[in-house]
Amino acid sequence: MSCPVAIALQYLLNALQLGSVYALIALGYSMVYGILTMINFAHGDIFMVGAYLAMWATLFLLGLPLNLPIIFIFLGSLLFTMTLTAALGVSIERLAYRPLRQAPKVSAVITALGVGLFLENFTLATIGPEPRQVPAIIPVQQYSWGGVAFTNVQLLILVVSLILMVLLDTLVRRTLTGMAMRAISYNRVIVPLMGVSVDRIISLTFAIGSAIAGAGGLLYGLAYPVLDPYMGIRIGWWAFIAAVVGGIGNIRGAVLGGYVLGTVEIFTPVLLASSTYRDSVAFSMLLILLIFKPTGLLGRPTVEKV
Amino acid sequence: MLLDIADLWVIYDRIQAVRGVDLQVAEGEIVTLIGANGAGKSSILRAISGLQPLAQGTIRFAGQDLAKWPPQIRAQRGIAHVPEGRGIFGSLTVQENLRLAAYGRRDDQIQADLDRVYALFPRLAERRQQWGSTLSGGEQQMLAVGRALMRRGRLLLLDEPSMGLAPFLVKEIFRIIQDINRQGTTVLLVEQNANQALKIAHRGYVLETGEIILAGASTALLGNPMVRKAYLGH
Repeated sequence: MSCPVAIALQYLLNALQLGSVYALIALGYSMVYGILTMINFAHGDIFMVGAYLAMWATLFLLGLPLNLPIIFIFLGSLLFTMTLTAALGVSIERLAYRPLRQAPKVSAVITALGVGLFLENFTLATIGPEPRQVPAIIPVQQYSWGGVAFTNVQLLILVVSLILMVLLDTLVRRTLTGMAMRAISYNRVIVPLMGVSVDRIISLTFAIGSAIAGAGGLLYGLAYPVLDPYMGIRIGWWAFIAAVVGGIGNIRGAVLGGYVLGTVEIFTPVLLASSTYRDSVAFSMLLILLIFKPTGLLGRPTVEKV
Repeated sequence: MLLDIADLWVIYDRIQAVRGVDLQVAEGEIVTLIGANGAGKSSILRAISGLQPLAQGTIRFAGQDLAKWPPQIRAQRGIAHVPEGRGIFGSLTVQENLRLAAYGRRDDQIQADLDRVYALFPRLAERRQQWGSTLSGGEQQMLAVGRALMRRGRLLLLDEPSMGLAPFLVKEIFRIIQDINRQGTTVLLVEQNANQALKIAHRGYVLETGEIILAGASTALLGNPMVRKAYLGH
């Protein structure tokens, strides 16, 4: 374990685990921005709601006198959480953002902040401020490979995140819905002439982005099993920075940004021997990056040819 | 009548772009709207496809009042609009632009239509994997017409299809419009190039400041001294 390479790899593994969660949330910021050029500041709180929903789902499934296999409990919770967060995202768009579609962008952003505050305080009022413990549905098993320790939970997080990202990437690049999303982000006015309902595609975008954030909530709860109503704020901000660093509006950029931010968060305390500067490092990085590459790592400046 | 417009008014802010237009297009016809810039030609097309709400009047398509149909439903029920400025999606490849235009189609002819578009425009076939944003103006125009074909509309609304095209391409585009029409699509064509438009159209309307000042068979319009002077340049 004393080999420096092994230690570095160990930290990298932790960075990948945290980065996966950031990436999953960053995807939602990026998708909504891509299609509406609006930052959905309530997105981090949708992640928080997802984490609570996942906790209840697992508690419920564990409480059933059926003695379900772990994989069913996990997949059942995942499905439940993703479905409900999708519904939450779609409802927020329908009720709060759609009426403001023609209003100045600032109105929508302020509304998003309001929706976020509502979700936090609604959770606070109904569930209470005490941190909640997520039940450990998966008995943690430690493995070691070349001096690097990892657990089955870590592997699960990495694999499930990867599957979701590949599915989303395929959806956006290969399917008709994905084409419609990209078309809307380029020129929303023309899209209905193709027979596509813009409202329907926007709803779908919110559904998918929120479902993925919900999955992020479940996975986060497995790795860091303490939930509180304000957990979405800091994680939401980090995921938002991830989306901007990667190039907001770009799906692969969001994933890259997520892993970059995960790495920053894990390695800063190691390199500076203190975690006090973690957030300032992240935000400084964002500032410096935006000076030199305003469109983020993978973002392309929009060039329109007429 | 496939398309029956009665007392159409289109108003932007305070500008009355279209003022009480009556216009009919029968199934199988090519009808052209000619007129100067700002005469209201594009606004009529935009009102038909739903891009622009109408201030007053009714538009009937195949006997149905369009008022309650949002633009995407109009597109699905058979109105294909090639808008001014073409509206190519730069973030989609040529092939994706064409494929998206067939959105909502349930038939099995999509691949056949794609092949047909590529046969009509070999240039698009060469560029099928390129981003829409990399196309030249002429190629964008071809792609816009190609998309309308992928929609398989009963009514094709064409806004200045010859704009910005090299002369040999202009001839080609007009030939293709005639082909499409012979294969059963009704065409409402807006053109600055009145000479070419009247040559392929069955009937025409002449617009001036939002009103129809003249209507009739293309041959009659081509022979009309006022039209010759104002729009044909002799």
